[in-house]
Amino acid sequence: MPRVREMLAYSFMQNAFAASGIVAVLAGLVGFFLVLRAQSFAGHALSHIGFAGATGAALIGAPPLAGMLAFTLGGGVLMGALGEQVAQRDVAIGVVLSLALGLGVLFLHFFTSSAAQATSLLFGNVLGVDAGTIRALLALAVVGLAALAAIARPLLFASLHPELAEAKGVQLRLIAMLFLAIVALAVAEASQIVGVLLVFTLMVGPPATAQMLSTRFWTALPLAALLALAEAWAGLVLAYATDWPTSFWITALSGAAYGLAALGQRRAAAG
Amino acid sequence: MTSAIRLTGVRLGVAGRMVLNGIDLAIEPGEFIGVLGPNGAGKTTLMRAILGLIAPAAGRIEVFGAPAKPGNAAIGYLPQLRGGLGAPRLRGRDFVAAACDGQLFGLPLLDRGAARAVTAALAAVGAEALADRPIAALSGGERQRLLLAQALLGAPRLLLLDEPLISLDPRRQEELVALVRRLQLRSGVTVLFSAHDLNPLLGALDRVLYLGAGEAALGTVDEVITAPVLSRLYGTAIEVARVHGRVFVLGGGAEAEREAHRHEAHDHHHAAGA
Repeated sequence: MPRVREMLAYSFMQNAFAASGIVAVLAGLVGFFLVLRAQSFAGHALSHIGFAGATGAALIGAPPLAGMLAFTLGGGVLMGALGEQVAQRDVAIGVVLSLALGLGVLFLHFFTSSAAQATSLLFGNVLGVDAGTIRALLALAVVGLAALAAIARPLLFASLHPELAEAKGVQLRLIAMLFLAIVALAVAEASQIVGVLLVFTLMVGPPATAQMLSTRFWTALPLAALLALAEAWAGLVLAYATDWPTSFWITALSGAAYGLAALGQRRAAAG
Repeated sequence: MTSAIRLTGVRLGVAGRMVLNGIDLAIEPGEFIGVLGPNGAGKTTLMRAILGLIAPAAGRIEVFGAPAKPGNAAIGYLPQLRGGLGAPRLRGRDFVAAACDGQLFGLPLLDRGAARAVTAALAAVGAEALADRPIAALSGGERQRLLLAQALLGAPRLLLLDEPLISLDPRRQEELVALVRRLQLRSGVTVLFSAHDLNPLLGALDRVLYLGAGEAALGTVDEVITAPVLSRLYGTAIEVARVHGRVFVLGGGAEAEREAHRHEAHDHHHAAGA
């Protein structure tokens, strides 16, 4: 496989594999609970809020990742604090996310940056990741996964049966806030790879596919991370081979996996 | 003997409306109590107050001698099912297992003892066959059995079952009531079982707790399901008819229980959330 060796010889490809690997595992695991809680739209909104944060940071000369994190974390905690119903209220979320995107456009206007900057924020630029960013992504992923592991049990209980969880002493609002803060982290990370507009492709596609492929929690959860990882890496390879955008290939694979799983499920239900 | 539940001068409101206005009553361990009354009478509110999720405006609520507080391991709870259950793709066993010490932090891993407890709870409600099927593939009655299995985890001494018969056909209703009665006779657990209609519970219950107009009447069917008592609780003239061992509550020529529910059907979700 001389072409594989050639591909892996490039440091930007090594960086891309490392960065997308870290992000895919985090996004797959966090996204699993996001899908379980039917809050994927809230995750989508957080990415748009992050766009405003990233462009705002660029405007004042701060690192975009920091600005994105500040905004997504703030938005996530606020959504959690306002309660479950708000996090699932489509209209309110829709209004906030377009407002955030509009703010991002305004910041970009003042920043008068190149269109490339906007494109990489919106659609990702995994091939432009440097070693410093990888260290930041790894550190954030470790924090996010540790936090998720700490609250996974009450989070699962609260997601499946909130009334009973509350009666058993689970602090629903606290769990919702902590979880959306973790989602905010994962969204900020996923945006580095596939851009704010496409975080769904890593955070919702693979978990939804995994939940169709297995009804067991302990099978579907790791499967979600594995699928996200496979789609991200295969997307990189395909991008290298075709010179098409990585984000396109990841979304294509994510969509194809979901479609096939849905088809298989319908066939299983019919037969 | 300590009562399972003791209410002393309890005034209980929700959303600015008093549903219980100065209530005293005691429910003894091992009793099967049918909780009845029109929607909005406070059946769900009373259960949530017993769970410690709503504080009474006045008075005391004691559960086995201790003040009601959230996270009481002695209480098993089956909340009224609104809409579907979360996670339609998850298998029944994992849904039930999530309630096993689900309030503790950490990963949702079950040790061997907990796994056995889940298996035993599924077996107790005859839901072994449902354990590997996704929730979306289950009927209403099958879902209620999973919820009942969840309520049984941790061997509670008090079961609060909030409208578990809702959306079940008469045969499934009968089966579920008989199942709860069997479990209760075997373990001696105290049961509060709320329902729209008294008749499915007639063969199982020891006493009736009828709520209405901020008041409560607790007693045997013969003591409580009478024209004077129910007229007071409904705030209108009520008649009681018995036909072939079944009891019908009639008001103004219509059947009061059903009628009250029909009128409030539009805010059913609201009342359920109360």
